Amino acid sequence: MSPAFIIIAVVTLFAAAAAMSLRNLVHCALSFVVAFAGLAAIYLQLDAQFVGFAQILVYVGAIAILIVFAILLTRSDAPANRAILAPGWMVGIAVATVVFATLGWTVLNSAGLPGEMPPAPEAKVKNIGDALMTQYVLPLEAIGLLLTAALIGAVIIAMREEPPKAGGSRGDEAEREGRP
Amino acid sequence: MVEKLDQIFVVLKQQALGFVPDAGRPFVSALISIAFIPLVFATLFAFVTVLERKGLGRIQNRYGPNRVGIPLTKIRLCGFGQFIPDGIKSLTKEDIVPRAADKVVHFLAPIVILIPVLLAYAVLPIGRNMTAADYDAGVLFFFAVGGAVELSVFMAGWSSRNKYSLLGAMRAIAQMISYEVPLILSAVTVIMIVGSLKTGDIVAAQNHYTFGLARWFVFTPWGLAGFILFFIASLAESNRTPFDLPEAESEIIAGYYTEYSGFKFALFFLGEYLGMFAAIGLGITLFLGGWTAPFSFLTWVPSYLWFFAKLLALIFTFIWIRGTLPRLRMDQLMNFAWKFMLPLALVNIVAAGLWHFMDHGPLRWAVCSALIFGSYAILGRGLMEKQKLGKRIYRFAD
Repeated sequence: MSPAFIIIAVVTLFAAAAAMSLRNLVHCALSFVVAFAGLAAIYLQLDAQFVGFAQILVYVGAIAILIVFAILLTRSDAPANRAILAPGWMVGIAVATVVFATLGWTVLNSAGLPGEMPPAPEAKVKNIGDALMTQYVLPLEAIGLLLTAALIGAVIIAMREEPPKAGGSRGDEAEREGRP
Repeated sequence: MVEKLDQIFVVLKQQALGFVPDAGRPFVSALISIAFIPLVFATLFAFVTVLERKGLGRIQNRYGPNRVGIPLTKIRLCGFGQFIPDGIKSLTKEDIVPRAADKVVHFLAPIVILIPVLLAYAVLPIGRNMTAADYDAGVLFFFAVGGAVELSVFMAGWSSRNKYSLLGAMRAIAQMISYEVPLILSAVTVIMIVGSLKTGDIVAAQNHYTFGLARWFVFTPWGLAGFILFFIASLAESNRTPFDLPEAESEIIAGYYTEYSGFKFALFFLGEYLGMFAAIGLGITLFLGGWTAPFSFLTWVPSYLWFFAKLLALIFTFIWIRGTLPRLRMDQLMNFAWKFMLPLALVNIVAAGLWHFMDHGPLRWAVCSALIFGSYAILGRGLMEKQKLGKRIYRFAD
């Protein structure tokens, strides 16, 4: 383990813990961002440039903004006066432990895990692009379709329902006011 | 001689590294490359602030700063000493933090805005062999760190506990996210044609000459359309007129940095200008041939001079636009991004694909130009028809 990895890991874990335990939701979201950035740094340290940059672009640039916007638009920013831990926190920890143990057991026992480290493959961005556009083009298209459907669905849910026409549309109003 | 002048900084760095023991060499090499970026671009920032004030002054029929020169002499340097007292002033001003503000986030926001902006310069080739970090995924890196600027804008707006700040931050984020889409899509065309995300490869692909004229991507139909889209989107990304709604002094005071004073305000100012230079720098790299000369008989001019000449020319255009155009309205801003620039950027991608697969010759010029300009005309007509533009009617003034 290199010192860089240890520093990044400590920062990431600390930020993740802060994201769970801070009182103010916006602070939680911001520490979440630090955790995302730490994950990206770990990818970069493993020489996975594309994954690392995509992690920053998607999670820091888009998802974090989405989270803070959701917090701002849905509730007041006054810190909640409740206990930090939800009532069922014991069950939560138990479920998390079971899931982690299952994953770890599967990974450790899988046949694909070689004894020694294979030489690092040269994963250039071009190779990733080639693979996505040839071998994995069907999953890519399926994901694209799914995301588009989700996007349209979100717009339809968010669309305000038209009130019954009483006076007139916005255009008429503008005309009455003399604006072109 | 010419070669030496072109590579003078690279050679100087190599010679400086000669004095360092072998173990520390990668570290010192990185340190020199990094130190160069804030040094040069902060100086450029200082120069451009005065240039902008003087340029706007000329456009608005006044002088602009023309007094400050060398102290105790009569030399005025046309007012280009102005940035030094400005800097001293912002350093010595009282740092006011609102009582209701979230102290930690309020303190961090101006720092967070500078980090991604400075990181973005790492992949810009400012001269031959002069890229701080020529990543394999350089362009992706640029856009990835650019996305983090929005977060600092949110931090500034939210932590100030001021309705103008929050409104400004919301506007800024909505605008930046909207214009990031055409910005990235217009850059995609170049990546498609070059087949690489590496900024060095992109410049190398444009470093050819036909009949003495450089083969920059801006001299192709898709490249011209892409450059114009990129230019407008980067204007919006850097929150400058006519897209300066997030700051809009006349409606929301100064937007997300209303509650900042002294040096923190100066840091926001610096971050904004450095972000603008970085966006322009990427535009130059993608479409205007980076550090290459426009004509083959001018290749003896050092490469970094070309980069900075193009940078200053585009900065001048930005200042010119700022002095000329009024501010857009919020709905106009959003409509323009989503209904006009986004479809046009998508059509442009198709045009670039056609350009790549068709044979060389006038036919592909005709087909690509027809596709781009046809869709431009149809989109423009279609959107203008709904606007019902006509003579303005005044209710009370007549």
